[in-house]
Amino acid sequence: MSHDITHDEASHGHDHDHKPKGFVKRWLLTTNHKDIGTLYLIFAFAMFIIGGAMAMIIRLELFQPGLQFIEPVFFNQMTTMHALVMIFGAVMPAFVGLANWMIPLMIGAPDMALPRMNNWSFWILPFAFALLLSTLFIEGGSPAGGWTMYPPLSLQGGHNVAYLVFAIHLMGISSIMGAINVIATIMNMRAPNVGYLNMPLFVWTWLITAFLLIAVMPVLAGAVTMILTDRYFDTSFFNAAGGGDPVLFQHIFWFFGHPEVYIMILPTFGIVSEIIPTFARKPLFGYVSMVYATAAIAFLSFIVWAHHMFSVGMPLGGELYFMYATMMIAVPTGVKIFNWVATMWRGSMTFETPMLFSLAFVVLFSIGGFSGVMMALAPVDLQYHDTYFIVAHFHYVLVTGAVFGIIAGVYYWIPKWSGHMYSERLGKIHFWISVISVNVLFFPQHFLGLAGMPRRIPDYSTQFAEFNMMSSIGGFVFGLAQVFFIYVVWKTVRGGKKATAEVWDGAKGLEWTVPSPAPHHTFQEFGPVDLDKMAHGKDH
Amino acid sequence: MKKAQMKFMMLITGLLASSMSFAEYGLNLRKGVTEFSETAYGLHTFTLWICIVISILVFGAMIYSIFAHRKSKGFKPDTFTHSTTAEVIWTIIPILILVVIAIPATKALIQMENPMTDDGKRMSMDMTIKVTGYQWKWKYDYMEDDISILSTLAKESNVARQKGSGIDPNTVENYLLDVDNPLVIPANTNIRFLLTADDVIHAWWVPDFGWKRDAIPGYINEAWTNVKVPGTYRGQCAELCGKDHGFMPIVVEVLSKQDYATWLAEQKGVQEEEAVLVQTEWTKEQLMAKGEEVYNTQCATCHLPTGAGMPPAFPALAGSEIVNGAMEQQIELVLNGKPGTAMQAFGNLLSETDIAAAITYTRNSFDNTAGDVVQPAQVKSMKQ
Repeated sequence: MSHDITHDEASHGHDHDHKPKGFVKRWLLTTNHKDIGTLYLIFAFAMFIIGGAMAMIIRLELFQPGLQFIEPVFFNQMTTMHALVMIFGAVMPAFVGLANWMIPLMIGAPDMALPRMNNWSFWILPFAFALLLSTLFIEGGSPAGGWTMYPPLSLQGGHNVAYLVFAIHLMGISSIMGAINVIATIMNMRAPNVGYLNMPLFVWTWLITAFLLIAVMPVLAGAVTMILTDRYFDTSFFNAAGGGDPVLFQHIFWFFGHPEVYIMILPTFGIVSEIIPTFARKPLFGYVSMVYATAAIAFLSFIVWAHHMFSVGMPLGGELYFMYATMMIAVPTGVKIFNWVATMWRGSMTFETPMLFSLAFVVLFSIGGFSGVMMALAPVDLQYHDTYFIVAHFHYVLVTGAVFGIIAGVYYWIPKWSGHMYSERLGKIHFWISVISVNVLFFPQHFLGLAGMPRRIPDYSTQFAEFNMMSSIGGFVFGLAQVFFIYVVWKTVRGGKKATAEVWDGAKGLEWTVPSPAPHHTFQEFGPVDLDKMAHGKDH
Repeated sequence: MKKAQMKFMMLITGLLASSMSFAEYGLNLRKGVTEFSETAYGLHTFTLWICIVISILVFGAMIYSIFAHRKSKGFKPDTFTHSTTAEVIWTIIPILILVVIAIPATKALIQMENPMTDDGKRMSMDMTIKVTGYQWKWKYDYMEDDISILSTLAKESNVARQKGSGIDPNTVENYLLDVDNPLVIPANTNIRFLLTADDVIHAWWVPDFGWKRDAIPGYINEAWTNVKVPGTYRGQCAELCGKDHGFMPIVVEVLSKQDYATWLAEQKGVQEEEAVLVQTEWTKEQLMAKGEEVYNTQCATCHLPTGAGMPPAFPALAGSEIVNGAMEQQIELVLNGKPGTAMQAFGNLLSETDIAAAITYTRNSFDNTAGDVVQPAQVKSMKQ
């Protein structure tokens, strides 16, 4: 391993490490995992801002009762598009970007196993989202039936259905290819002495996530294809009048949809499991149980889907089964939370920005987990379902969960990517504004839901006015804080204190053995790596 | 650094405290007025407290560790990597807690789905109400008494909620939670609800009753309630059902059994009057006046008060070929609707008089030039 570095530095240096010249060759035709990772991250960030702008429109309209700015149809288009853009455009591509950058560096591989497919799986995405976002400008506007696309509602309206379905097909192809690449890389490209149980947890969580993706993206593709043929080719898969079944769609959709929510959280579990040991200066507690807990969560994610459907009217036995199975998820998730706290316990902690975001993640994700357990109880879910309580719940697990994890990961690894330390002062400002405003944004939504405010409504009864206003103010501040994040990242990329190879005091992992910024090509000579440099190389 | 951590600490304790203090201001889950809603409230409270206790323990350990085990205090890191005992304990204890929660939850769910009386017999229902969801209104059919109620957003709210109406929602009583014709039911009566929908999926939800249930086209769902306290209870559609999803409230007036009997007798009288009206020959002025009223409550949400519509989803009536074409064609469309669109089969929803008036109104408004008049009797004959 150390041989690799000296070779790299001595013969090439930092500045001329065979980067292709020119925009087309460097970015459009790239097969380099680091460049593709960067493309994914930039794309995800752009979508995060677009989806965030839609959220701002939603919160602006909900700032006070009455319709002030937009019509209900456009409001529904915004809620639908916000979800689609954030899920498929921001969170998932951000994870793939991190996987591209970090997995080869973490397992001692020179690149991803299938570099040309890697290029393709990224470059499909801009087309998918051009198609999806173009519906904002067509007659009849964007899809407005919710990201869940429940028929018969999603079949009403203009031709946005076709745009949506083909956009989802493209996203699905991209995700499946990305997942195949991750699996092929992890299974075939590990340095020869790196076993499965030496892999960093981020690699493990991504391996499991990739299997989830391959399993469920085709299911979604099938569901939306049936929507397409119902809309244009007179089939009646979901049309009761033609002998079809609208509830069938919900079962298929959530068979995709539930694993999907774990697709959006497992890689964050991995990121946080890298960060907390680094800043606690203590090995991750219960590495093996973390791996098993991740696998258990992934398995359970396939058999709990109908907890999204307690109000559709299932047989009692079905409702009881889905209630019990869902409650079970709390056990492996609890193991993870306890393990992170045990990792901090008797460590020697410092609180740089990645650590702050990770600590906030542990607390706030747990709050989302608690409301999840509450909603698992079918008899009470008949109250919670489709209210702001669940809006609060899934934003706690997705924003303060998935997104905080991604932000933590960006701060943690950006010195490795750019070769510069970010400004700790600006990072902390970003953290504190974010963590306070995100709670002002989402915590009151619990109260709104319990008091009886349904989700996806553009206007509301005056009894809900105070908490909506509070939530909107939190939303605007949180939105601005993420614009500030662009500035922090931009400033870091442009310059700043030079980062060392190790970056963080005592950090473990092969990524910290290559120089910062990581050269265009790393681990080019296939051979054993120094297991002592890995967090779980020898002892776990 | 120090200051930052203090803030973090304050934030966490603030969050925990706030969830409790706001509960006192009535922003917790409603206790409601049925046995089931009280059970749900009890389960909610029980689980919430378990979650609060667990979070105090877990976050407490974490916060202690954050303050005690930090490098700035010179704390030397330990090196332990796992402890089988600890891991077994924090796997088993959560399982036990979940079992403790699952037992009452199972009982509550059984009581919702297969209600039993105290002596273990299957509970019998005293009356049945069929609830049908339409974009964007509710229809209630009293199965035993052959009465139907069509329930839409109250006019005052509907005017105020239009964009740029200039009306402050705070000045409207029960803004968005009021309807023209509420559902009326007797108290202390076991009522079975059968729920379905005509166009897209809706969900019928009155928080004080403790449940919501989807109304799905092609399905008939079942739920039940027994309201102990007479009063007015309000709810909303809970499943996204299109542009006016936020504007199809539910109002249930629960009367004492006596008052309910009086109300029921009145309704039968109204039905007879209605039958007489259909036989009457109406003048154009009468039809236009009534038609304008019906159009504005039933049609204008999609076709707009100006008849301009919102193409392509909601076609314009102004200058429409159908409205300016043969009368029979338009009556046929209004009676039977257009499947796959929001255009409902109004034959099941409105009286013949209302349909005749609304059609007459559209044929003689928005610069439409049909000029003819549709009589209720004509609509009735086409319906059969």
